Amino acid sequence: MGIINNINKAFDHRIRLGIMAVLMVNEYAEFNTLKEMLSVTDGNLASHLKALEKEEYINIQKQFIGRKPNTRYSVTTLGRKEFKKHIDALEKLISNK
Amino acid sequence: MESKKYLEDITEIKNMMNRSSRFISLSGLSGILAGIYALIGAFIAYKLVSNSHRGYLILDGHIFRLVMLDLALVALASIVTAILLSTAKAKKNGEKIWDSSSKRLVINFLIPLITGGIYILIILNQQKYGQTAALMLIFYGLALINASKYTLGYIRYLGIGEIVLGLICAFIPGFGFWLWVLGFGILHIIYGTLMHFKYDRKK
Repeated sequence: MGIINNINKAFDHRIRLGIMAVLMVNEYAEFNTLKEMLSVTDGNLASHLKALEKEEYINIQKQFIGRKPNTRYSVTTLGRKEFKKHIDALEKLISNK
Repeated sequence: MESKKYLEDITEIKNMMNRSSRFISLSGLSGILAGIYALIGAFIAYKLVSNSHRGYLILDGHIFRLVMLDLALVALASIVTAILLSTAKAKKNGEKIWDSSSKRLVINFLIPLITGGIYILIILNQQKYGQTAALMLIFYGLALINASKYTLGYIRYLGIGEIVLGLICAFIPGFGFWLWVLGFGILHIIYGTLMHFKYDRKK
């Protein structure tokens, strides 16, 4: 079952899919942008971001704008590749049934 | 079934990609209204010029200033209408009007437009008046095409249309007025109508 193999556990959650989707089409996204787009709480978003970071699917870039801390996320080459595989697998799965 | 969950996932992904990268609340109705303002403005300009004792436009007369005022009012009314209607539509969609996608749209629209505006001012200062109408159409078209990457739909074709008219206008500057009416009036109305029926009316 090659199709199932490509389903990536790391993406198997709504919020993680959402994070990846936003990052795929944007150069980067800020924490607050993601929070608003996905309408989730800080803690919830942070833990999903951490999980994706651990897999090295996303980059984290912390900086200061003025005196405010600002965190930007962007997708890594590996993350881009894996996410594409995951979506292809999903699409195949659906069209097979 | 599992596949239903996955289908929902994919729909969600597509939705996210669109919402985060494109400003989707641009109102079609504002396009129609901009076109109508342009036609009214053109009518007033036409009356002003044909009722003046010369019957044609010269550049540093009283009539010229009135025509410029007319032009500025049309532009202002169009911009205000676009902002108001798009804000209303964004609210209905549960979108913020001034987020990163709308900022990107406005910035990318303004780069070619301001470049063109400055260029036109420069050549006007050099007393080269003949190509003004053509240049305005061309740069406006380029601005639309540049902005089209950050919003949806037909705006790209509107831009192409304006550029084509601009080039025709460069070729036959004598018809500048009518090509303006066509470009800023009629094309906007067609574009707005298409947008309105395709995107606004759905919900």
